Amino acid sequence: MCETCGCGDPEIVPVEVQERILSDNDAQAAHNRSHFEGLGLLAINLMGSPGAGKTALLEATAKAAGKELKLGAVSGDLATERDADRLNASGIVSATITTGSACHLDARLVHHALHHFPSSDRDIFFIENVGNLVCPAIYDLGQAANVVALSVTEGEDKPLKYPVMFQRADLVLLTKIDLIPHLDFDVSAVEDALARVMPNAAMLKVSAKTGEGIDAWLTWLAKHRPSPVEGRATHTHEHSHEHQ
Amino acid sequence: MHEYSIVASLIDRVQQEAEARGSSRVHRLHVKIGELAGVELDLLKTAFDTFRERTICDGAELSIHAISASWACPSCKRTVERGAILRCDTCGRPARLVQGDEIILERIEMEAPDV
Repeated sequence: MCETCGCGDPEIVPVEVQERILSDNDAQAAHNRSHFEGLGLLAINLMGSPGAGKTALLEATAKAAGKELKLGAVSGDLATERDADRLNASGIVSATITTGSACHLDARLVHHALHHFPSSDRDIFFIENVGNLVCPAIYDLGQAANVVALSVTEGEDKPLKYPVMFQRADLVLLTKIDLIPHLDFDVSAVEDALARVMPNAAMLKVSAKTGEGIDAWLTWLAKHRPSPVEGRATHTHEHSHEHQ
Repeated sequence: MHEYSIVASLIDRVQQEAEARGSSRVHRLHVKIGELAGVELDLLKTAFDTFRERTICDGAELSIHAISASWACPSCKRTVERGAILRCDTCGRPARLVQGDEIILERIEMEAPDV
């Protein structure tokens, strides 16, 4: 009851919170990050539009480096397991995260997939997000880096139209560059657009079809891999929950 | 449409806070959303109006405090104009986001339990 005048109306109290609404996801992402770090692998959140060439890029990565590097991937897919099937065929140990109607992966979905993943012995672990330039950007999954695939057929202005996605990218891969001779595509225009939304703009030009630029991509990956740790444990961090 | 999953997280959080204080009714939520948070404000409102029914937030209002994005040089603090190259004109360092990526639950106005 209102204590000011005793009128019988309920008293309203303000409760200060001042916390990120997605703090649950942040905590789960931190947990995933310690999984990845404990395993000594490089985790990459690969994002991009549907059809940007994410799966083809991973196939080309496996073709070029599959002998030297142990690659793993989980693919977010609304309804099918086609991407994981393609990746497994290319030699990348893969699993699907079927998202149903969800337009993005979150840290909980990735965590669940990690615990059912067939191998913990990987050098690089790709999280192939759901094809979408909006929603995946705001969910931390525990990755070490965000890589965004942008194909030349999507147009030069995509970074300006989807600034949230590109702002959070550590690297943009301009894909399908073998098609440039057939298009009116201006590479300098996309570089200019990126510089206006991405503070430390970094872009590599690649073609999964011809293999052009894949070397530079492998060099970038090698540079971002964690340094090897002696006597690495597979599960060093504390759990505050039960694993199913 | 990740606004629906944001609203689900928001209502869960409010439920926890209300339970912890023995309150069974929430009147208003104050949230802060940045321009570069990747959240569409109209969709967020629609999602809240849809999802609040039969939850602790039934009948509660969502008050959104929109924050515009601003970038500045991390060393000389010069502001980088909107739409400009995100690099300091003077020292060449990459700009840093000063504000504009917030997705924050600031405050909940709830009924105090009758004592």
